[in-house]
This record gives sequence, C-alpha cells and structure tokens, in this order.
Amino acid sequence: MQIKESSEVYDVIIVGSGAGGGMATKQLADAGLNVAVVEAGPFFDPADPKTMTQLKWPYDSPRRGAGTDRAFGEWDQSWGDWEVEGEPYTHEEGTDFKWWRARMLGGRTNHWGRISLRFGPKDFKGKSRDGLGDDWPIGYEDIKPYYDKLDKLIGVFGTKEGRENDPDGFFLPPPKPRLHELFYINGAKKTGIPVIPGRLSMLTKRINNERGVCFYCGQCGRSCQVYADFSAGSCLIFPAQKNGGKVKLFVNCMVREVTTNEEGKATGVSYINKEDRKEYKLKGKVVVLGASACSSARILLNSKSKQHPNGLGNSSDVVGRYLHDSTGASASGVIPGLLNRKTSYNEDGVGGMHVYSPWWGDNSKLDFPRGYHIEVWGGMGQPNYGFGFDPNGMNKFFGLKVGGYGDSLRDDVKKYYGSVIGFGGRGEAIAFRENRCEIDPTTVDKYGIPVLKFNYKHSQYEINQAKHMQDTFEELIHNMGGIPLSEKPGKDQNYGLLAPGQIIHEVGTTRMGDDPKTSVTNKYQQLHDCDNVFIVDAGPFVSQADKNCTWTIMALSWRASDYIIDQLKKQNI
Amino acid sequence: MDRRKSLQTLLLGGAAAGSGLVFNACKSENTEIIDQAITESSDKYFGRTPAELERLEKLQAEQLFNEHEMETIAALSVVILPPKEPHGGPIEAGVPDLVEFMGKDIPEMAPTLLGGLMWLDHKSNTEFGTEFKSATLEQKKQICDAICWHDTEIPLDEQPLEIQFFYMMRGLTVTGYYTSKVGIEDLGYKGNQPNVWDGVPQDVLDQHGVAYDPEWIAKCVDQSKRNVIAEWDDEGNLLT
Repeated sequence: MQIKESSEVYDVIIVGSGAGGGMATKQLADAGLNVAVVEAGPFFDPADPKTMTQLKWPYDSPRRGAGTDRAFGEWDQSWGDWEVEGEPYTHEEGTDFKWWRARMLGGRTNHWGRISLRFGPKDFKGKSRDGLGDDWPIGYEDIKPYYDKLDKLIGVFGTKEGRENDPDGFFLPPPKPRLHELFYINGAKKTGIPVIPGRLSMLTKRINNERGVCFYCGQCGRSCQVYADFSAGSCLIFPAQKNGGKVKLFVNCMVREVTTNEEGKATGVSYINKEDRKEYKLKGKVVVLGASACSSARILLNSKSKQHPNGLGNSSDVVGRYLHDSTGASASGVIPGLLNRKTSYNEDGVGGMHVYSPWWGDNSKLDFPRGYHIEVWGGMGQPNYGFGFDPNGMNKFFGLKVGGYGDSLRDDVKKYYGSVIGFGGRGEAIAFRENRCEIDPTTVDKYGIPVLKFNYKHSQYEINQAKHMQDTFEELIHNMGGIPLSEKPGKDQNYGLLAPGQIIHEVGTTRMGDDPKTSVTNKYQQLHDCDNVFIVDAGPFVSQADKNCTWTIMALSWRASDYIIDQLKKQNI
Repeated sequence: MDRRKSLQTLLLGGAAAGSGLVFNACKSENTEIIDQAITESSDKYFGRTPAELERLEKLQAEQLFNEHEMETIAALSVVILPPKEPHGGPIEAGVPDLVEFMGKDIPEMAPTLLGGLMWLDHKSNTEFGTEFKSATLEQKKQICDAICWHDTEIPLDEQPLEIQFFYMMRGLTVTGYYTSKVGIEDLGYKGNQPNVWDGVPQDVLDQHGVAYDPEWIAKCVDQSKRNVIAEWDDEGNLLT
C-alpha cells in the first residue's frame, strides 16, 4: 500500500485540537498562516443538537444517565475515557497509570472542570525552594502577559485577592456561593483555611457578541451550546475560522509520526485516516504537537529515523520521562444542618465550584514539599442514575434503621437531598525521571501504531500529602457538624491517594529547559534537536503546581505561537 | 416556542444569533458519515455517538425478562414505592423498563435480578400457594419484610441472594422513580433550565442559620449587567 501524499505544503501542521492545539490554531491562523489541524477524533461542535447532551433529562435515556458508555456518566461530553476502543496502553508490572483520552475536536476541553488557575511565581522555581525536581527556564514574569491576554480572550471569573502565589488576573465577577458553599466557608474559617471565590472559565458576564452568557444549568461537563464556557472548538478554532483564517481540519486522523528529511528537519506528519484505514502524509514547514503530554511523547518516540534514531527530540532520552499528574484524594460527609432542604429554588449554578481553598500551608514545617488546593462539591443537583439507590443509607449515622420500603422512602430521599458535601484535594506531585511512558514494542493499536507503556509510582511525598488532605477533610467535616460518609483511609490505602493519571492533569513528558541534555524543548517549546517542531500541550511543563494545568497550557501555547510567528518572519525556521 | 428557539432568543440577543455563528456548526468534510448516522435516528439520539447508538439498539433488541418476570418486577416495584398523588409511582416512572435495560447494560446485575425473581415466586408459592404477583398486598409485604433489611456492617455481596436482590430492586425502583418526569416533580428539583443564579433565597438562609458576608457579595456578579461587555483597566479592575 502506497502512502498517499498531499501536494500542498502547509505553513504549520498542528496535531491535536484541545487547549494547546486550539490556542496555537487561533494564534497562527490569526497571523495569516496556512494551518492544518489534525485531530484523532471526529468533528464536534457544542452547539450541534445531534450530539448535544446539555439540558437533557435523565429520562431522555433508557439508562437514565448511567456511566456505562462514558465513565463520568452518559451526559459527559468526552468521546473516550480511561479506555478508547482499539487504542490500548500497557503498564510496567506493579505500576498503575490511568490515561484519559477524548477523541473529538476540542479534546478534553469539551468536558473539563474549567478550573482556570494561574501558576504563581513560586511554582516555576520548585528546586530553588526545596531542592526537588527542577526549576523552569522561565518565570512568572515571562508568562504573565499571556495569562492577562488569555483572561480577556477566553473569560474567567474570580476575584482579586492579592495572594502571593495565586496571582490575580482580569476576572469576570464570580457567582454567589450556594448553600453548601456557605457551610464550607464557615467550616473552613474555624480552622483558618482560606476560602475564596472559584476561578473558572465560564462567562458570568458577556465578553463579546459571539459567545453567550452563562445560564446556570451547572452542566459545563456537557459542553455549552451558547459557548458560555471554554472549549477549544467553540472559543478558539471556530473563531479562527470565522476570522477568515486558513484552517483546514483533518478529523478522524490519527498521527503516527513526524516525518523528517536528510538534514533531520521535520517535513510534516504521517497519519492514519480512521475512515478508510489508509496512511497519508501531510507536508508542513512547521509541526506543532498539541496531542496531549503522553500522546505527543508517543508521536516523538515513534518518529525514529536515521537522523533521530532514539525518536525525534529524544537525543537526551528525556522524552516520556518526568511524567506526573496532580495528586488527588477525596472525602465527603453528611451535614445535619443541610437536612430537610427546601427545593423552592434552582441552585444549579455554574458547572463547578463557586468557592475553593487555595493552598495555605507552610511546607517547610510539613513532611511533604508541595501544596494542594481543595475543590468543593455538593448541592441539589439533577438526579441521574444512582440517585436514591440507597435512599436511607445515611440513616446509620443517625441511629436509624437502614432499608425497608414503602411511602417513607420518599421522605428519606427528600430529607437527605443536598445534604452531602464533598472535597477533592488536588496537589502537586514531584516530577521524577523514573516515572515515564515509553513505547511498548510488543503492542500496537488498531491502526498499527505502537502504544505507550506506563511506569509510574507515587513517592512518599505524595502519600504524606494525601494523609494531610485526609486529616484536613476530617477537620472540615467536623467543623461543619458533619459526619464522614466513609472510614478515613489509612496507611494501607495510601490515605486514599488516587492512582496517577486519575486527576487527568498529566504533564511533563517533554519538559523544557536550557540544557539539551536534560530537557526536550527550549523555553519556547521548540525541540532542541529539531528546530521546526514545537510542543504546545502540557508536555513541556517542568513541574505541575498545586493548580490545574489548562490555563498554563494555553498561556504557554500562545507564547510559543508568538515565537513561531517571529521565527518564521526572521526566516530562522 | 420550542426550548432551543427560546434559549436562542433569551441568551444570545440579536447580534450573536444573527451572525449565525453559534447555531450553525462549522463543518468539515469528514463529518458526513457521522451526520448521516445521527440524522437517521435523531429522535432517539440524545447526544449519542454512532458507536454508542449501535450498542444501545443492540441492547434494546435483546430481551432479558419474560412477560411474567416483567409483571413481577412491576408488582414488586409498587410495593417498594407505592404510587402517590399527584406524582404517580414506579409504573408512571417506567421503572420496569429501566430494570430490564440495566440488567442488559450492566450484565453483572442480571443473575441477581433473575435469581431474585425466581426466589420471590418460590417463596410466595411455598408460603401462600400463589405466585408473587398474584399474592395479596399483605402477603407481598410479609415476603418483603423478611428481606428488606440488610446488615450495614457486612458487605452486601456476602449477604443472602434475596437480600441482595431486594437491595438492588429497591435501588432501581427509587432511582428509576426520581430520574423520571413524575419523580423529579415529586422531588421538586427546579434546575436543568435557563436560570439567572443570584444567590440563596433569604428564607432558605434563615432556615439553615447562615448569612452572606456583604464583603463577599459585593465582589459577585451584578446580574443586571451581565449582558454588558466586560472591560477592565490596566490593573484588572472591572469597569463595566
């Protein structure tokens, strides 16, 4: 079978259409470049009624919203989850990693939590602070102008708080707290844990005439039909097209490798068209990888050539290494003060937390080096499959019998509706060279492309941090007069620390640095080994912060895009 | 006016709706196949991908319970959650269909459901000489009384099958009811529709003994200005 080659040479080929790829598409197309976007999944538009799940009722489906087909419930707007049919990944024995992939235009930005936190000045200089990991080759001052522009372009609500390591931005006003969040604020206050309004990318106020304003259905995970939340398609790629940009979308096209020439420079990509299962080649002057930290590492490692025998950009043997995800642990409790609620009003709010707790601790006095923030959930949400399944299970906390049947079950359901508050701790893990993904030479996906094998273990730092989270959650529940719903996980369970990957903040596989021997890209996310290939996903992160990564992916992608435009102008690449 | 139309008018105003951007998807040429699959079955699609729809149709073509078993499920469900005016009960909520579907969608549930239904008839025949569905309400209750309490200290899967079965059927009945149109009305859930969130009503705050901090509220969105385009000064202070 002959590989089909297109004659057109694009200025830039962008692989992936999520946060990183979407931002590069917007910036590079706005600059007048001829751009090809190659996405492994099908086309998706949050406003398309045929694929829309927003404002659906549980009874619109025979499974009432159960998560059989989609891990986060059947309304969740991610096509693909921990498993993608025909696209496996493997593990080194005795290790665990969960890899979420969304195969669709816009990728995971269609369902993400929209928590949009800037990294702070300290987050770029971890090694200087505590000797662990590495410092970034850039600092907050390098990225700040891009965060500022990003806030204005995409929209994020929040408040100016003047906190040292949680920089303020150009915020839209936040929504008022819901009832359970008022309980949380009061509970946290008793322990001296700060609580501030959430910082999420939903439009509580209009930012332009192209996108709608939030109508408070609480369903950002389903992707917003009026584009009032951030998704890469609705907020970056479609506007780039509407702006007259030359953006050619190749959807259902799975990139196999970056092609290179005799001089070792990239000439484009080869991809499998999932519809006809044939291999094609696209030619481009610049290749931008935004396929996700692990997917981009996979593409590089699979791009072996005479000039790049260890995979493209991998003369350092660093590609795939320093993989790390946010840490995560959770707890929940029933709050007697929230029993027997009135359902007289609609409290869906935005699809995420109206309040949260940024990291407050002093790590020099703790047995773990980096912080975490607390996300809060609760409230009278839409019932879906599972709601009321154990209608009076919480009776056991109040000395009442569990079980039975009859009319009283209606009272039980109503008594407990909206009475539970949950917490998620999301923290910073240390990046280790040993934690990595690499090519599994024994396994290919159904397109014949060698797959990733993960090898990732938590260190004692992450475990100690999870213990601190559990102690904090216990205290918060106590402060609210509540009762924990489950037994506090102990040492034997690593204090409830979730497996790496489960927080879906994986970063670090192609980290940036000044030294080509210990890093994959330079500080502009340009491969040290191949100057016309850039990486704009979370791969170049040197360290995750106790923040979520998306806002930083986009700010850095914008910065890298500016550099690409500059270098093309100067004819350096 | 249908809901989509009203949303469009409510939320977008003239400018955006007129531009056609928001509701007219940009199309790429590779989407025809998917579009076609979707269009052909759009009324039952509820946002499914073609692969999901295919699996759904396959499951719906299968039959897990026979007619007698479906009647038994219905009979048990109304004992578990008796209908009540004005919001009906498990039958109006489609509970038997949900049990049938979930038994196929999550096949691990099927043996417990099938076995439990057999147990119900066996018990009823032994005790009362009649199948469960034909027993009197008092007889049905006698059977249920013996299996409706479980030991919360012991994992459910270590308890007798009939206990597991009742737990599962109660769960499916209650979740099926409260995820139905009538059940959601009974619950009183007011969401899943366009709204302008402007805080918890005062009577609710009072009931739960909490109050808003005026300083906090001062920073929150002024909903009367949410359609005014945001502008900031150089320090990030919102001007509009």
